[in-house]
Amino acid sequence: MTGFEHRQSAHCESGVMSSLLTHHGLPTTEPMAFGLGAALAFAYVPFIKLSGMPLIGYRMPPRHIIRGLSKRLAIRMKTQTFRDADAGMATLDRLLDEGRVVGLQTSVYWLPYFPETMRFHFNAHNLIVYGREGGEYLVSDPVFEEPVRCDAAALKKARFAKGALAARGLLYYPTQVPATFDLERAARGAIRANDRYMTGAPLPVIGIRGIRYLGKTIRKLAANDSRRETYLPHYLSHIVRMQEEIGTGGAGFRFMYASFLRETANTIRSDLLAEAAELLAEAGDHWRMFALTSSKMCKGRRPLDGDELARQLNVCADQEAATWRLLQRF
Amino acid sequence: MREDEVPQDADNSTYGGSRKLLYAQSGDGNFVGVKSAGWDVEAEATRMALELLERQCEQSWDRATRGVSAPLEYYMAYRRMDVALLAQTAGMARWRVRRHLRPRVFAKLPQRILARYAQALELPVEQLRTLPEAPLT
Repeated sequence: MTGFEHRQSAHCESGVMSSLLTHHGLPTTEPMAFGLGAALAFAYVPFIKLSGMPLIGYRMPPRHIIRGLSKRLAIRMKTQTFRDADAGMATLDRLLDEGRVVGLQTSVYWLPYFPETMRFHFNAHNLIVYGREGGEYLVSDPVFEEPVRCDAAALKKARFAKGALAARGLLYYPTQVPATFDLERAARGAIRANDRYMTGAPLPVIGIRGIRYLGKTIRKLAANDSRRETYLPHYLSHIVRMQEEIGTGGAGFRFMYASFLRETANTIRSDLLAEAAELLAEAGDHWRMFALTSSKMCKGRRPLDGDELARQLNVCADQEAATWRLLQRF
Repeated sequence: MREDEVPQDADNSTYGGSRKLLYAQSGDGNFVGVKSAGWDVEAEATRMALELLERQCEQSWDRATRGVSAPLEYYMAYRRMDVALLAQTAGMARWRVRRHLRPRVFAKLPQRILARYAQALELPVEQLRTLPEAPLT
């Protein structure tokens, strides 16, 4: 085996990339992978449905971190998808036999080591396979504390699950990793790119405008008598789930990006980045407040108040806007 | 969020006994990874989604028992799928899946169609034809 070391992460894709790079001799923390991958985002996508509810993304779509990191750190990545599931499994086996550590995109539902309470049809999960033993795959699933195992049939099903964001067996691994890189330059590029996603998107549903848009949608639902009683609580709990549970959620991503800013600030000695980290961490706290309020309203411990929720989302939006205004000067 | 504010609501957790990593700020302003045993706010949202799935499961079991729908509808719900996802997974048009949920159509389905559903749902073909005594958990 390859002496691979499992590390727990907050989010799957950044976790997988940080582990893969570290394994290939470029020690990278998870927040670094997330930040340099320019992965922070907000998007409200009503036409992609997860269990009948609109997709609300708090980060860039799957594979964005992989692509962004490869570009900014001059990493060569090999990525491959498959039409045929058996071919996809055979390629994985061959790579493992060569001693490679391989990243995979999978569904969550079909992974047997997930607890029943976490098994939803969500296709954009990422994990690492680092070996085979007795018909089972040795899996480093970044959101778990310890390495796990998965049988071949289940892994195949998980890799080739259909539906929104289907992985089509995606596997990836670095073929060339530099020993060092220029952090200041990479961070500048990543922050500038990320600023565009958050403040410069041409659509009102993306970035900071998207956060306000979501608030407006909630206000409208609350004013609609036929939607208010049953649909709205489910809608709110869906937002909270997308925010807190899937991956690591909206607030979690804010803290992770803040951590990236702080780590970069420490290394290149930038007071501006350190200040931006504080601002964004505060935005994360506001998101958590919003989740708390939504949860209380769902459970009827507070009257349903669309205006109040929209107001809290606007506070999140204002705070993030302030962060990016500052980062634009970096 | 400061290190000591990371929620540790283990009692109501939906993490199945494991812990989740979060980033929080320590006293010196740096961020550290902290393991969280659960957060009630998140757990409640998860449970609400799970309850919805469970209710769908029970309702479709009930409908299948009364002969209003085919066992297929129940097993679809059991696998937490909707018509769109089952259709994609089985490689079948949605309208066909919807049609196959009718008991009389379902009863006449040829083996090869049933096999496609069985594969999509990871269940033996024989099981698809019969309902369990009570909704499986």
